[in-house]
Amino acid sequence: MQSLYRPGNSLVHRVPAGLKLALLAALGVGLFLTGSLPVVAGAVVLVVAVGLLAARLPWSALLVQVRPVLIWLAVLLAFHVLVTDPRTGAVAVLRLLALLVAAAVVTATTRVTALVAVVERLASPLRVVGVRPARIGLVIAMTLRFIPLVADRAARVREAQAARGASRVGLGIVVPLLVQVLRMAATVGEALDARGADDAPARRRLARAAS
Amino acid sequence: MRWGRRPAALEEAPSVERTGIELRDVVHSYGDRTVLTGVSLTLTERRVGVIGANGSGKSTFARLLNGLVLPTEGTVLVDGLDTATRAREVRRRVGFVFQDPDAQIVHPTVAEDLAFGPTNQGVPADEIERRVADVLDRYGLAGHRDHPAHLLSGGQKQLLAIAGVLVMRPERIVFDEPTTLLDLANARRVARVIEELPQDVVVVSHHLELLDGFDRVLVFEDGRVAADGPPAETVPWYTARMG
Ligand SMILES: Nc1ncnc2c1ncn2[C@@H]1O[C@H](COP(=O)(O)OP(=O)(O)O)[C@@H](O)[C@H]1O
Ligand SMILES: [Mg+2]
Repeated sequence: MQSLYRPGNSLVHRVPAGLKLALLAALGVGLFLTGSLPVVAGAVVLVVAVGLLAARLPWSALLVQVRPVLIWLAVLLAFHVLVTDPRTGAVAVLRLLALLVAAAVVTATTRVTALVAVVERLASPLRVVGVRPARIGLVIAMTLRFIPLVADRAARVREAQAARGASRVGLGIVVPLLVQVLRMAATVGEALDARGADDAPARRRLARAAS
Repeated sequence: MRWGRRPAALEEAPSVERTGIELRDVVHSYGDRTVLTGVSLTLTERRVGVIGANGSGKSTFARLLNGLVLPTEGTVLVDGLDTATRAREVRRRVGFVFQDPDAQIVHPTVAEDLAFGPTNQGVPADEIERRVADVLDRYGLAGHRDHPAHLLSGGQKQLLAIAGVLVMRPERIVFDEPTTLLDLANARRVARVIEELPQDVVVVSHHLELLDGFDRVLVFEDGRVAADGPPAETVPWYTARMG
């Protein structure tokens, strides 16, 4: 998994993460309240312009989140063309496209740490019921960290089994992978201890590693 | 990449009473399995090595030094602080680097991971920023600041793990087989980095040449210290014994 963040110091990069997420949410709500083709098409143009010009991102950064769902956008359009009408289909597709590109702009210009800090802030009212927001942030960050790692290890187990002549590789990787992951989890726990995860003052927020 | 430069900023270690790490009659058992039996010694040297066969108790010993593992019997004192009751202060003084850096890196990108330890310590954000920039530069990771940690090479990951401990400014660092998973070139780099640390270090290793310039080497055997002295004496004794 590639990091989606593209370092930079454009205006868009410098807008606070909370504001960017709020604007993204507002855009989402606004797009679903309107059924106007010009408005929705204008939104696509706007977010692309923000991404390319204001945030100075390359096309690839904008398309990274669109490409995997292109097929579904096509299906959606086809569905509407067959069942309703092409205009409704275009609105539905452009609406999603605008949101996907906007989300790409936000993730490409905002560090995970900053997004996580927003989640922590939003979760801070939960402190009264004993939830530690910093813990929620840590869990998110660790999930992002360990997903590609576990995927790598799974690939390695698969290779090892293939090398030993396993023809069908299926559920067979689960047990060795699980053993590896559990063993690592024990060390990760120790590492969190050694790096002071429990020393964190209850009100800490993730530091901005940003410059 | 630069490996040879002597760290300047990290030499301003805080001046506190440093009496060393003392183990008094330490016994450690996992369940009813005793893996360390009556270890008593005091570590005051700058460079201490730990060698011994697999399962001889080296990792357990290493973890006792910063309170990751607490003695079943006996006491471990770090500068007079009991690891059983002063865990937090002890961990501030004694950093720990694990064999597998993948298990030690907990944030998705390099700079974020480096900020983790000092953030936990409550270090102010601008100071964290300074320290992070400093280690990134020193360990040739400056160009990887926002890279996903999992795309680094094995050697870079171990340097990141070490850097993640250095930014916490411990006075001592314990390494548990830091070069075991690395190829020869990267093992040498990491060895150089360790050699040049201003901190006191304790290094568990199967790479005996890494311990050449060390002040003292402990040889573990079945949960006991079977030999203890300068590497010129203990290392040949150990290799002869291993046949
Ligand atoms: N968490 C644990 N639970 C149970 N037994 C353990 C645990 N950690 C280590 N041991 C056992 O304790 C003995 C010493 O292990 P360790 O300190 O890791 O030695 P070394 O690092 O020299 O290989 C080994 O026999 C090992 O199997
Ligand atoms: Mg070990």
